[in-house]
Parts: sequence; C-alpha cells; structure tokens
Amino acid sequence: MEIVDIVPPELKNNVIVTSVDALFKWGRANSIWPLSSGLACCSIEMMCAAASRFDLSRFGYEVFRSCPRQSDLLIVAGTLTWKMTPPLIRLYEEMPNPKYVIAMGNCNIGGGPFADSYSVVTGLDQIMPVDVYLPGCPPRPEALIDAMLKLKKRIQHPEAAQGSEERMNASREKLADMTRRAE
Amino acid sequence: MHNGILYLAGQSLKELMLPVIGSELIVNLIMTLICIVILFLLVATSALVFTLGERKVCAWIQVRIGPNRVGPWGLLQSTADMLKLLTKEDIIPHGIDRWLWVLSPILIFIPAAMVYALFPFDDGVIFADVNIGLFLLIAISSQSVLPFLMGGYASNSKYAMLGGMRTVAQMLSYEIPMVIALMGIVMITGSLKMSAIVEAQSEVWFIFLQPIAFFIFLVTALVESNRPPFNMVEGESEIIAGPFTEYTGMRWALFFLAEFANLLSIGILTTTLFLGGWQGPDFLPTQLWFWIKAFLMVIVYQWIGWTFPRTRMDTILSFGWKVLLPLALVNLLLTGFGIYIFRWLL
Ligand code: SF4
Repeated sequence: MEIVDIVPPELKNNVIVTSVDALFKWGRANSIWPLSSGLACCSIEMMCAAASRFDLSRFGYEVFRSCPRQSDLLIVAGTLTWKMTPPLIRLYEEMPNPKYVIAMGNCNIGGGPFADSYSVVTGLDQIMPVDVYLPGCPPRPEALIDAMLKLKKRIQHPEAAQGSEERMNASREKLADMTRRAE
Repeated sequence: MHNGILYLAGQSLKELMLPVIGSELIVNLIMTLICIVILFLLVATSALVFTLGERKVCAWIQVRIGPNRVGPWGLLQSTADMLKLLTKEDIIPHGIDRWLWVLSPILIFIPAAMVYALFPFDDGVIFADVNIGLFLLIAISSQSVLPFLMGGYASNSKYAMLGGMRTVAQMLSYEIPMVIALMGIVMITGSLKMSAIVEAQSEVWFIFLQPIAFFIFLVTALVESNRPPFNMVEGESEIIAGPFTEYTGMRWALFFLAEFANLLSIGILTTTLFLGGWQGPDFLPTQLWFWIKAFLMVIVYQWIGWTFPRTRMDTILSFGWKVLLPLALVNLLLTGFGIYIFRWLL
C-alpha cells in the first residue's frame, strides 16, 4: 500500500504526503552539480551546453563546481587514455556519495575513432560504473541536456533502469579491484 | 517620536502582552527573543533567496534564462539544492586538524549573522543601538577572516592553505581604506551611532556629500565579502575552491550561506551609510524604502560581479595600498576642510 492511500478522501486536496525518500530523490534529481572536467573535443560541447544558446541552467544543472568534493556528477567528456585513468579514478573517488557518471561521446562508449589505438580506453565502463551512455562524435549540447534529464529520471525512478544495475555492479567490482592492485 | 510600521507593530505587541504576563521585564525578554529569531530567519531566508537571485541575475547578464523548471519560475531551485546538500556523504579527510576544521564553517556564520543586530531597519527599529555602532560593526565583520584561515590551515591541502592566506591578505589590507573612508561620514555626523548616521541624512544623502568615500566603500565592500570580481578566495581556475576545497555537503553549504548573508549585509550597509537608510519621500512607508534601496544595492553588487573578469591577486593588493588608501586619506582631508569652511560660512 502506498502512503498516499492512508489520507482520508476529504483531505485529499489539502494534504500532500510524501516519504522522506521521495523528497530527497526529488532534491537530488533537481540539483545535479557537474564537476568541470573535460578531456578532449567533447568537452567543448559540454561548455557550450552551459552557455546562452542551450542554457543548461534552466534545469538547475549549471553549477559547474571545480572541486570534486562538492559535485555530484562526473561528465567524462572526451577521449580517455590509459595514462589519464588514475587521475580520473581519483577524482571519482573524491566525490561524495551519491555520485553519478555520464560517459559522453563515442570515445567513452567503445573507443570511438580510436578503437584500435593502444593508448585509448575502449569503454569507460571498464574502469568505473556509468549511469548514462551518451553516443555521438561529438554529441550536441541538446543531447547532453537530454542525457542529464535521463539521469534525473534514473535518480527519481531507479526501478525503471534496473537492467543496467548488473553492469554497474560489475564495473564497481572492477574499480575496487584496480584500486586494490594500485595500493 | 518614532513612527515606522515595524516600530509601531513591536510597540502594540508589547502592549498586548503586558496585561497578560504582568511583569515588564519578562515582556522585554520575550521581545528580545522574538527579535533574535526574526533576525536569524532573515539571515537564513536571505541566503536561500539570493542563491536563486544570483543565478537569475547571472543568467540575465549572460543573455540566458536561468533556473525555471524546478517549481514555478524556478523558485524551488534552492530548496532542491539544500535538500541535496543535506543528504550528501560527509567526507572527513585524513590528516586534518579536526577541531579547527569542524569549527570553521560554524564560526564563519556567527559574524555574518551578528552584524544584523546593528542595522537600523526602520525608524526606531534597531536591535542594538549602541553609541559605537559603526566601530562595533567593522570590528565584528572583520572577524570573518579567522574562520577562512582556520579552514584553510586545517584542511591539510595546499590549495586550501593558499586560499586561506589570500583571504587574510586581501581582507586585512582592504579593511584600512574602508575604515578611513567611513571616517568622513563619522566626521560629518559627529557620532558612531547607526541611528544618528541615518538621521544625519534626512536632508542630503551622504552619497552626495561623500562621493569619493562611496566609491571606496563600493570597492572595499566587494573585497571584504569576497564577491566577484574580487573572489580570490575561491579562484576556481587557480586554487580549486580555496579554503572550502575539502568541505562537502552541509559544511560547505554553511560557507555558502554566510557568503550570501554577507551580500545582503553589504547591501544594507551601503543603504544605511550612503543612501539615507530607511528615509524616503512620504508616499511609500519607510520600511519599504529601506528594502527597495537594499535590494537595488544587492543587484548593483551582483551586476558588478558578473560584468568584470576576476582580477589578479597582486593587482588587488597594490590597488588597495597604492590607490584606495591615499584616496581615502585625501577624502578625509577634504572632508575636514569642507566642515571647516561650512562652519566659517555660517
Ligand atoms: S567522441 Fe568524438 S568528439 Fe568526443 S572526444 Fe571522442 S573523438 Fe572527440
């Protein structure tokens, strides 16, 4: 039974019931602060999304924090090389929970144009759990905004995105494994 | 004698309570507590309102729309932010000086809230109308340097340390021109009492008598409250987030709240010292005049902040010591001559 059903019918129009969980989910979903980090060409589109033509701020997501301690979302925008993975993992680990990751661009989904290169990570989910995959080379700013809105939906309705949970758990284990080995 | 709306409301509340409670002492005590609660509510809500206001003003200046999806006209945006910050993980890094680190965000909020006790909001409405009002106000507000340094030092991070030291350098060196510029006002008024300063402007506002002091105050107030273009404390491109680098969630939000409380307090301070405080033409109540002027000044400060790029640390310091300080001294001298000539003419 939902909590809404307990409210007597004569009060239905005057009382708003919610669970603390739903309230916090609403807060988290509507205030995603990205970390300002960009790796390659995709980050130009990320910057563009916050500027006046596309205006990410309408959704309240424009607060690009420069410090991982105060940000919620890591947009991995650009080609990720193996040399860059340790700093990126460190940034990810410095972020406080709950934290989210968007893999932006073909490079982060499967290596993109550099899939054959020895130095490029072919798929971000090899090193960290990814919430939203955003294809394109580069994806347009509207696409990034759409990805963030998908993330919002995912935060508010985690059950709708159940399928990807296994994959995320696998990446989480891999990440823990890599950290152990690094230590 | 006093006839502001707030003053009359307070008086009638007192008269209502007196027959019920009996003792005048207890009534006064209750009134004091009510005032304290109102002041704290004012500080907290101003911070909430100005986080949204800041983002809206910034958006308009950059030809954007600004937050408009969360709640009507984006009004619930800062509520969502606060809820999120409340539920974030609380990271306490290794190797920090724990007591200093935990105390810093709390201590920074105290001077920011305490200065509100010294502002004359309306005719007769001032929480503590002491005869050294202006002096006390400057003394309290300069205490906010210490928590910045504490937080920066305790964080065990080089960026935080640099940020903390920058704060000390910039705030202490701009305190001096500010105080000397305000001396001109004190000379004309002949008193440090805040209500006397407002009353002295019943004919001419001090912005017309002391234009140089107004300019100096405008610049120094921006530096003192770490507003852009002088937000060296939090220069993102150089030192990440300055003293706040290691703070997460609610602890960081306290710094943020203090910053916006300071924004409103410099708006109110400019109004009180230069724009005639709560005084204005009769067609609007005095209380309304006060808030109109204060909010206009806040918007002016935000406008300045989003128009100019961030300055460099050494330029700020040399501008303070080499330009503003001599200018303030010249202003003092001119004011002295002015008063002398004025007396001689009479
Ligand atoms: S996906 Fe394309 S645009 Fe994005 S980083 Fe890779 S090569 Fe550049």
